[in-house]
Amino acid sequence: MKNKTNILKIFLLLIVAMFTTNIYATETEESEDFKPGEVIFGHTGDSYEWHITKMFDKEIAIPLPIIVYSQTKGFNVFCYSKLHGGKEYNGFYIAKEGDFVGKVVEINAEGNEVRPLDLSLTKNALALLINSFLLVFIILYVAKWYKKNPMTAPKGFRGAVEMLTMSIQDDVIKPSVGKDYKKFSPYLLTIFFFIFINNLMGLIPLFPGGANTTGNIAITCVLALITMLVVNIFGTKEYWKDIFVPAVPLWLRSPIFPLMPALELFGVFTKPFALMIRLFANILAGHSIILAFVCLIFVVAKMSAGISVTMTAVAVVFTIFMNFLELLVAFIQAYVFVMLASVFIGLARIEPHEEKKIIKE
Amino acid sequence: MSLLVPETGLLFWMLLAFCVVFFVLAKYGWPVIVNMVEKRSDFINESVRVAEEAKLQLDNIKATSDAIIAEAHQKQMAILQEAAELKSKMIEDAKTKASAEAEKIIESARLSIQKEKDEAMKDVRNQVVSLSIDIAEKVIRQKMADQKEQVALVEKLMDEISIS
Repeated sequence: MKNKTNILKIFLLLIVAMFTTNIYATETEESEDFKPGEVIFGHTGDSYEWHITKMFDKEIAIPLPIIVYSQTKGFNVFCYSKLHGGKEYNGFYIAKEGDFVGKVVEINAEGNEVRPLDLSLTKNALALLINSFLLVFIILYVAKWYKKNPMTAPKGFRGAVEMLTMSIQDDVIKPSVGKDYKKFSPYLLTIFFFIFINNLMGLIPLFPGGANTTGNIAITCVLALITMLVVNIFGTKEYWKDIFVPAVPLWLRSPIFPLMPALELFGVFTKPFALMIRLFANILAGHSIILAFVCLIFVVAKMSAGISVTMTAVAVVFTIFMNFLELLVAFIQAYVFVMLASVFIGLARIEPHEEKKIIKE
Repeated sequence: MSLLVPETGLLFWMLLAFCVVFFVLAKYGWPVIVNMVEKRSDFINESVRVAEEAKLQLDNIKATSDAIIAEAHQKQMAILQEAAELKSKMIEDAKTKASAEAEKIIESARLSIQKEKDEAMKDVRNQVVSLSIDIAEKVIRQKMADQKEQVALVEKLMDEISIS
């Protein structure tokens, strides 16, 4: 066990060392005004570099690899440091204005600014990979321990993982999905732990964490899309019957004016859409509020000493409070997502005979 | 607004990362943990059941053993009582028998004594008769010489006999 933790430490150190060798420091021009909006959106948004801090007017950031596929130039893989500071590399550069501001763009044959297919390993993408690796490592580590120590109750961290796993499966998945919950529980457990670990890592302000992964719509979009696919692929005949031929008066489902089927079909898409927006908005809002309180310190810094000191104290207190709240939200949002996903799957798994009973009653 | 537009690159990386995580964990992660926990809980339930059964059996055994002991106690008491009764009866019997025997022996002894006595008396009488005859003979032989004396003697004898 001791060896394992040592290996993990060395591995993490290696990752950090790998990136720190690439860390560059650049002089930045004296900024005139502090713009909280830019700071907040800069931190919650995605970028081609992992910004760590600004020390003595030097930005310390890890440049990340840019992977683009252009129709004229094919695949191009290079480091972001080649574009940093408005430089151009092989025709690619960072757009300063327009629709693609802050993104890698190129000039096409017609002379227009277009975006190539951008598969860059951005800050969020890298954070996702790190968090995924961490999650897989944790769960496999716990699973391996079980194989070694059958019939023994785990303690400490492994006990916490077991408790979380079993409480999600027995208290959320089992009652919501119904009798064949075992088939869906690996997917739903993965969803829960994936969201949970990403939420938690997002709250850590330093390098391996701090990326706003679950507060990014692309990430929640994928989670919601996969959930929608699972719900509808494993939906029973009865589920589809209820959508297209619901048990309502004929005039509500006539072919001329199919009000109920239309609403039901709409519901098929709104359910995952709500999942996507809920997680995204909650996490983004949490990050934004914490950042706003931190920004408050710098906004009031130029005011009189009394105001700046009191406001700084208030801001620090609120930041700490919000961090605690976000810790709670990190769990609640993962829980709510998996609970609703379970309920949607459960609703799509309805059995015909149960339905008949309800109608009789 | 760019916040609400999913990035293609991020979609790609997310799909890749999530699918890999899902397949790895669905194959090597969750089933192991869940199965082990279920096995453990089954094992604990089974152990509790077996323990309860054993306790029940033990209680049964205790109850039966208690019953056996009580029965034995009862039997012992009965036997003891019976033995006491038998003992007193035997003593009583022996006493009556002994007294009867004694009576019998005494009776037979008395009878034989009587018989002996009678016989002895008879014998004595016979001897007395023969002796007296002998004496009479001798006396008669001596005194027969003198007539007077003979008559005197006979008279004396006759007196004697009549006295006796």
